Amino acid sequence: MNKLFKKISSNQMNRKQKSRFEVALIYLVLAVMFVIIAYPLFWAFAMSMNTTSNLYTASLSPENWSLENFKWLFTNPRSDYLLWYRNTLFVSTVVTIVTTLTVSFVAYAFSRYRFKGRKNGLYAFLLLQMFPVLMAMVALYILLNIVGLLDNLWGLILIYIGGGIPMNAFLVKGYFDTLPKSLDESAKMDGAGHFRIFFEILLPLAKPILSVVALFNFMTPFMDFILPRIVLRSPENYTLALGLYNFVNAQFSNNFSRFAAGAVLIAVPIATVYLMLQKYLISGLASGATKG
Amino acid sequence: MASNNNQNKPTQTRVANMNHSPKKAMLLSIIPGMGQIYNKRKLKGIALFILFAAFAFVMFDFVTSGLQGLITLGTEARVDDSRVYLIEGILALLFTLFYAALYWINIQDAKNEAQKIRDGWVPGGVIENFRNSWDTAFPYVLIGPGFALLIFVVILPLLFMAFLAFTNYNLYNAPPRNLLSWVGFENFIRLVTLSEWRDTFLSVLTWTITWTFVATTLQISLAMFLAILTNDKRIKGKKFIRTILILPWAVPGFVTIIIFSALFNDNFGAINTDIIQPLFNTTIPWMTEVMWSRIAIIMIQVWLGFPYVYALFSGVLQGISDDWYEAAEMDGASRWQKFTNITFPHLMFATGPLLLTQYTFNFNNFNIIYLFNEGGPAIRGQNAGGTDILISWVYNLTFTNSQFSMAAAISLILGIIVATFAFFQFRRSRSFKEEGNM
Repeated sequence: MNKLFKKISSNQMNRKQKSRFEVALIYLVLAVMFVIIAYPLFWAFAMSMNTTSNLYTASLSPENWSLENFKWLFTNPRSDYLLWYRNTLFVSTVVTIVTTLTVSFVAYAFSRYRFKGRKNGLYAFLLLQMFPVLMAMVALYILLNIVGLLDNLWGLILIYIGGGIPMNAFLVKGYFDTLPKSLDESAKMDGAGHFRIFFEILLPLAKPILSVVALFNFMTPFMDFILPRIVLRSPENYTLALGLYNFVNAQFSNNFSRFAAGAVLIAVPIATVYLMLQKYLISGLASGATKG
Repeated sequence: MASNNNQNKPTQTRVANMNHSPKKAMLLSIIPGMGQIYNKRKLKGIALFILFAAFAFVMFDFVTSGLQGLITLGTEARVDDSRVYLIEGILALLFTLFYAALYWINIQDAKNEAQKIRDGWVPGGVIENFRNSWDTAFPYVLIGPGFALLIFVVILPLLFMAFLAFTNYNLYNAPPRNLLSWVGFENFIRLVTLSEWRDTFLSVLTWTITWTFVATTLQISLAMFLAILTNDKRIKGKKFIRTILILPWAVPGFVTIIIFSALFNDNFGAINTDIIQPLFNTTIPWMTEVMWSRIAIIMIQVWLGFPYVYALFSGVLQGISDDWYEAAEMDGASRWQKFTNITFPHLMFATGPLLLTQYTFNFNNFNIIYLFNEGGPAIRGQNAGGTDILISWVYNLTFTNSQFSMAAAISLILGIIVATFAFFQFRRSRSFKEEGNM
């Protein structure tokens, strides 16, 4: 591109024109990117609005769009969508509550106390954060099978909670570290106990990060496909992601518009949350990973 | 050492107790609690003794039979389940380690206290002692629940997997029907010597590395390119542009991958019927030919992965002061020189460790491989598909072939690779340095 610019300037093009040409070029690149980004998403949306559930005959034009597929998901007796929704909500709620609580305890200890084994504990957390739970899937499968938690939502919940602790603990610890220590020290002077300092002073201040952690944990079961795939077996236990995947897996072309409808219902709220919190999420994740 | 001479603190009567020996306290602590009693902290000593004795008494049978089971893995087929023996063995091992650590702390504690007594410290009353121990114990109480969960859900499975890699657990030798036995490094040796395993392993490994490198580097380059473009002062509507560019990150990955796998479908996918067919009058076998599948997967991952990096980069670029560029312009630097000397170093310095995580993420990116084509298309003479990376191969070995030990062995290799990466990231990340000074 540099060479091109040189050539143009050697053609006695004046500076203004050159600048305008560059801007146009940038807009062109961005326009191409927009099309590439929007096309698959728009296509899926159009699919979800198609009356025919067949991929061959589906059309992208909005002339005969309808909400038929959405209706089918919620009302048809053969559709398990609501059941999957309930399963996912159940898993999400339990995971969110337990994780947020345990993680804030752990983060508080690591941030505010200097105790024996603290440094090693931090390193262990950092290290474990790198290993996806998925790596132990052979073991998880066999272990859950032995203790009878295979094909059980509680098994899934346990893995979500345990696997999420290191990463979330770092996020929250990083936030606690930014709160001034003088706050809890002065409370200590006033005779407040450990738990009181934690619950009445630090926890309310940490609300922003805790709500992000909670939200993140709440959304994970809606988006995750692999762990449910490993743990869950029978359709009445499926979570949304797994259920939707099985829609297309069973009869790919015939069920696709139903899958698309179900997917739109998950994707729109999640994407909205992400876009609204993008700044927070990106900087939060960044500081969690680099700052500790 | 006569503290009586200390004129500054006349109210405090600190009598050095030279006869109190830390060594004796340590030796006495071989029986837990005795050292503490020697230190005149009877209640603490008795409590410790009871605690240690009770644990030893209750857990002795479990630990010995657990460790024994870990060695034998059961003696009678159909009756003994080797997997249970393995788990109990690991738990016994963990418990022993825990007990040993506590034992060591107990001895250290007796020694430290004896030292303090020798230097003139007088233990306070029962209530004060109790409050002090609550203060020391409090952080452990906080960490306890999280740590327990971590041990059972993350560490136990990882250890179980590591042990499994050295057994012969497969479809034909599966508990509870059969007993497992230790086979040493046989699985690893088979992986590199038997041609059926070696060929698959090597081809999967090379593709995993190529995939990680190419897909991640492309997604980072695209992100950098777009971040620099949108950071241009002459561009208007930046907020809108950024939102659109981040959109792929916001939509759940499994949804977009399934959409793409429909779009790329050989027969009815829109990419073939709407773009390739009209333009080139042919169709591309995206799903059935290895090379095209790989290209498709890399393109999809770039689509999925660039927005996050883009958002990171945009943030950094906005923070670079204009002074840098103005100074460079004064010196007559070209665009390229400004990029290599100002922009690029800034980006790398601020986001280096995070970019490394992008590589480790793609190295284990099971989602895209499995959801696009289930690792396919199949390759003749291999038990892994053409786009299978190590982790999806492990999945297949576990869930379709029941080659559990082999899957564990490969997972272990995976783990070592990730750990190496993690180690480097560790050393580079700021947290390592910050915590190191504490």
